Amino acid sequence: MIHVSHFTAVVLFALFASTVFGITQRETPRRMVRYGVYCFTLFVGSAIVISWVMFLIAR
Amino acid sequence: MLYSQKGMATPPVKNVQGQSSKQGFVYLPLIAGWLFPGAGHFLLRKWGRGALLTVSIVGMFAMGLAMKGKIYTGAQDILEMLGFVGDLGNGLLFVVSRIFGLGADQVQVTTADYGTKFIVVAGLLNVIAAVDAHNLRTGRKPE
Repeated sequence: MIHVSHFTAVVLFALFASTVFGITQRETPRRMVRYGVYCFTLFVGSAIVISWVMFLIAR
Repeated sequence: MLYSQKGMATPPVKNVQGQSSKQGFVYLPLIAGWLFPGAGHFLLRKWGRGALLTVSIVGMFAMGLAMKGKIYTGAQDILEMLGFVGDLGNGLLFVVSRIFGLGADQVQVTTADYGTKFIVVAGLLNVIAAVDAHNLRTGRKPE
């Protein structure tokens, strides 16, 4: 059994999901990479923003 | 080819390799892709895409198991039913993990809850990948 931090879990989830989204939702390799990076940034970025919002609400 | 052939009377001539991958049962890439992640793309000779899909989906499933995620075995309520459907998307990975008793029966720590979600999402991503292989096979998605 492995113990990963919350952030590591988010990054792994974003990496795997973005790879599949990029390949399946776009046609050309260049657009696949761009869309994959876009999805990864949104996954990780939104997790960080929502985490800070929850932290500020809980204070 | 530097110009578009869209609208021209003569359809573009496909190469022999592309034609050979499009013979046979039309739903084969869909079923193969569902049974094993990336197999549908391998059948269509999309080696790079297939390898990336295999690594991503199998990796996500394995991470879920390593985090002691739960494999849904039945449906007692609607949420478990949805989780079970998601797990079924993993195809043979789900069957093998059930046969060998992999995964936890109950979620006991936070990372195990993440692991459960990893396994469900891996199944859903596998369904997306299998449908993509089917779309490539039917020509709905350009190669």
